[in-house]
Amino acid sequence: MKRIYMDNNATTAVRSEVLEAMLPFYKEQFGNPSSIHWAGQAVSGAVDSARGQVAQLINCQPEEIIFTSCGSEGNALAIKGSAEFLRSKGNHIITTAVEHPAVLNSCKYLEKQGFEVTVLAVDSEGMIDLAELEAAICEQTILISAMWGNNETGTLFPVAEIGAIARKHKVRFHTDAVQAVGRVPVDVQAAGVDMLTISGHKFGAPKGVGALYVRKGMGLTPLFHGGHQERNRRAGTHNVPGIVGLGVACELAITDLAEQDGRIRALRDRLEQGILSRIPEVQVNGHRLQRLPNTLNISFAYIEGEAILLFLDMKGVAASSGSACMSDSFGQSHVIGAMGVDPMMANSNIRFGLGLDNTEEDVDFILEILPEIIQKLRDMSPFYSERAAS
Amino acid sequence: MYSDKVIDHFTNPRNVGVIIDADGVGEKVSASCGDRMKVFLKVVDGVIEDLKFQTYGCGAAIASSSMMSELVIGKTLDEALALTNDAVAEALDGLPDPKLHCSNLAADALHDAIKNYKEEGA
Repeated sequence: MKRIYMDNNATTAVRSEVLEAMLPFYKEQFGNPSSIHWAGQAVSGAVDSARGQVAQLINCQPEEIIFTSCGSEGNALAIKGSAEFLRSKGNHIITTAVEHPAVLNSCKYLEKQGFEVTVLAVDSEGMIDLAELEAAICEQTILISAMWGNNETGTLFPVAEIGAIARKHKVRFHTDAVQAVGRVPVDVQAAGVDMLTISGHKFGAPKGVGALYVRKGMGLTPLFHGGHQERNRRAGTHNVPGIVGLGVACELAITDLAEQDGRIRALRDRLEQGILSRIPEVQVNGHRLQRLPNTLNISFAYIEGEAILLFLDMKGVAASSGSACMSDSFGQSHVIGAMGVDPMMANSNIRFGLGLDNTEEDVDFILEILPEIIQKLRDMSPFYSERAAS
Repeated sequence: MYSDKVIDHFTNPRNVGVIIDADGVGEKVSASCGDRMKVFLKVVDGVIEDLKFQTYGCGAAIASSSMMSELVIGKTLDEALALTNDAVAEALDGLPDPKLHCSNLAADALHDAIKNYKEEGA
């Protein structure tokens, strides 16, 4: 059976070039980069080199990069680390209703520590209102955390506009760019971002490595204490192979951006148009234009998302769903819910996350099998027969 | 994640559909995830001669509906009333813990249909 992977927003395969670059650092070059001897210093150079590669991708200085273990750590370090560092200046944080749980739960934790959090609502396309954002800023506001690209719908926030508002009011601005890096151009200077979260496994690096950009001069209280790694901002022995891999993935991402915006976007649009023209009563979730080029989140009326996913999986297609009945959660997707999507449509959403390995044949195969899957499930649904009878 | 039996019943669900002149109709909606199951009964001499169902839900909910239908067709109403949601899940060789609630609709919707049949005085 042909296997088609379209869940690249969840994770991606490690690129061959990335793996090749990492391998020597497991055995031949195994030194601890903090050690002063030959073994450590050989490795130290590789970490520095990767820092430069990450910095180049997002247009910052290498010393502004902190290596982390993942996107969740980057988000937690940015938010909790800023809150604690800036506590004497204020206790108000602004975020949005559609952030990743790593952001929302960090904010909830801070609420319990006495911070106040304003959670901005989104419209039906998952977009925030900039006037509402600006109106929410008060004297106590120390941080705005708003994502670059949404992990479920792909909706892209107007990051540069948010950055301009933050600068105008002298409020620190963090963005979770885990889904955006490698898929759309990310320039921290142009966007006026003060902190930015990266996760390696979303664009060809391995799981277990990420980075946080922190603008020079911005203080941050570390999440955990230990050695002096990462200029005292992130203790712990470096994950050298992962960091080397992240660096190479960033280097590759610079050239991948054209492919993401060209071929991948065209494939995504072919899939979207194909579904819309073949299957009635479907709805695309997220912003139709301001959206990650690889992401399609689409709902099918009268049926439930997990059932669609199972049938797709049986045909070899891996996608994902934010439906109410996924294996590890019963609640409706907070993102789709915040957009005010009708609950039945919210329960039937499927996310296709295209990647560099996908082809036109993949898209055409999905377009061939999906109408039958949807009809089979609709034929079982009481909602569908009631709708047909009405 | 799912047993072979769950996959079998999900892929080829038995007794899907509607009985137009049903003797009893039952329905349950899951408060936790919005799954919905509708059961139609045909009863002859106190025995469930035919049962059809419609389900809006995940793979576990659809498989539970199908298994429930197989377990009670040909059984007396009293035997059908004795069917529990746990028994449906067991007959499917179990369900993952987070999915157990999905099987809770099957026996409940069946019992609701039997109650409706009795109330209608058929």
